[in-house]
Amino acid sequence: MRPAFSVIFLTTLIGAGQGLFVALFSAEFGAWLGIWAMPSAQYFSLGCALVLALLGAGLFASFFHLGHPERAWRSAAMWRTSWLSREVIVLPVFMAAVAAYGLAHHLRGAGDLSLTLGGAGVALALLLFVCTGMIYACLPFLQEWHTPLTVINYLLLGCASGFLLGTTWAAAQAPALLLTAAAWTAGVTLAALVMRGAALARNASLRPKSTVQTAIGVKHPRIAQKAQGSMGGSFNTRDFFHGRSFAWLRQVKWGFLLLVFPLPLALLAAGAALASWPVLAVAFLLQYLGLLAERWFFFAQARHPQNLYYQAIS
Amino acid sequence: MSKQLALVIDLNVCVGCHACVTSCKEWNTSGEAGFLSDDNPYGRDPTGTFFNRVQTFEVGEFPNTQTVYFPKSCLHCEDPPCVPVCPTGASYKRAEDGIVLVDYDKCIGCKYCAWACPYGAREIDEHQKVMKKCTLCVDRIYDELLPPADRRPACVMACPTSARLFGDVHDPESVVSKAIRDAGGYALMPEWGTHPANHYLPRRKTEITLHRDELERVDNPLKIDGKLPKPDVRAPSLDDSTSW
Repeated sequence: MRPAFSVIFLTTLIGAGQGLFVALFSAEFGAWLGIWAMPSAQYFSLGCALVLALLGAGLFASFFHLGHPERAWRSAAMWRTSWLSREVIVLPVFMAAVAAYGLAHHLRGAGDLSLTLGGAGVALALLLFVCTGMIYACLPFLQEWHTPLTVINYLLLGCASGFLLGTTWAAAQAPALLLTAAAWTAGVTLAALVMRGAALARNASLRPKSTVQTAIGVKHPRIAQKAQGSMGGSFNTRDFFHGRSFAWLRQVKWGFLLLVFPLPLALLAAGAALASWPVLAVAFLLQYLGLLAERWFFFAQARHPQNLYYQAIS
Repeated sequence: MSKQLALVIDLNVCVGCHACVTSCKEWNTSGEAGFLSDDNPYGRDPTGTFFNRVQTFEVGEFPNTQTVYFPKSCLHCEDPPCVPVCPTGASYKRAEDGIVLVDYDKCIGCKYCAWACPYGAREIDEHQKVMKKCTLCVDRIYDELLPPADRRPACVMACPTSARLFGDVHDPESVVSKAIRDAGGYALMPEWGTHPANHYLPRRKTEITLHRDELERVDNPLKIDGKLPKPDVRAPSLDDSTSW
């Protein structure tokens, strides 16, 4: 598939936003349980503003994917069957919950109301991860995506990114939480490494179910395409091929593996030890770059069966 | 049982002339639904939106090869994967005749349906920014202003070898159902469970068996064709025996 940058930005930005919200609510929940002291109201309200900024930026990016953005409201219609429609509904509801949670903290401070709103927000954040992941995982013939690992990785990578930002935020706003937040971030990042590694290993050994034989229904083992019906390009040749070499793909893979996991983890350790939010911010930005590469790779790696019909121009 | 209109394409007689492609483009770029965009049609890199394309595959190894011309358009699946994924409901399958259509006024151009089609049957219109696909000439086959013989898809009308058959595959007595039954019609990529309504008829070996009596006159039992008696040049002719 050809990676669409609008979708890459959408999924990485809202993933970070959802993860950050889970981190914010965890801080309140832990304080409510008495494990640590309640952070300031500003930690929550400004944190929610940051979450909304990330979600808003993601939503903004998504409009560039549409041919008719002015009709985007229509996309809430088919929630009974379409995961995309479900995502379109859950995202604004989640944004509303985040806004309400931030306002509750700003106006009334931590309490039963904020705890309830935050719990609902976390449920919506997790639901949004499921919707986003299932958009890709529900397509059976895109075999690279058709696995529970797709949903798990959207969840874990989003949480890793959001938790790292949450650790940065804690270093700036609630230093007492810093070490706990750093430990959780490291744990989630390592879990993401394991599951993304599992997805890579699974996809490396995938055998495509469709072949040129099933595509045209001729059983002969030797079939070569001689013409695809037009000499110039078409939508089918533009949108389903990434157009990069195998070596490039491999470089992107190792690039994102390095940028998403070991480098941010090392900077996380340094930032937590030094209690320096700028170091942690650099770690977050570096990992975000890596996540852009990860998402690019996720799309590029999927081999669409329609490509069997577009193997040779003439 | 409900109706399911479909095409049956006979790969044994398709000669790859692209008449169906041009006829489809002509009909569908001229209708009420608006044009089918082209860019640089006469330039270096022409590109455009088509509902139907004819591709060429070489089967076998030289010198034992066959060229298969392969017309490819929307298969109007009985269980179309492109329909449930559409977030707006623009992509739908008609209950009355099984045609899969796109409502161009509802489509937001998100391309998710194209991702969800394993056959690559959908193409986005780069200017109208909506997804387009074969309509089985829905604006033609029910047009009562046309003579009944013309109420068929443009591609079917154009095919000079009658490689394209059109009809209801749920009616066991229709021409398409009979063709599928009698000539071994098959569906593309059956592994995904989409149950395409369109079927393809396979290549067949064309053999002719000649018996000796087809090469020789059956009323020549003595096998002396060519040795029939000819009169000698000195033998009397008609002129010699007839007075004028």
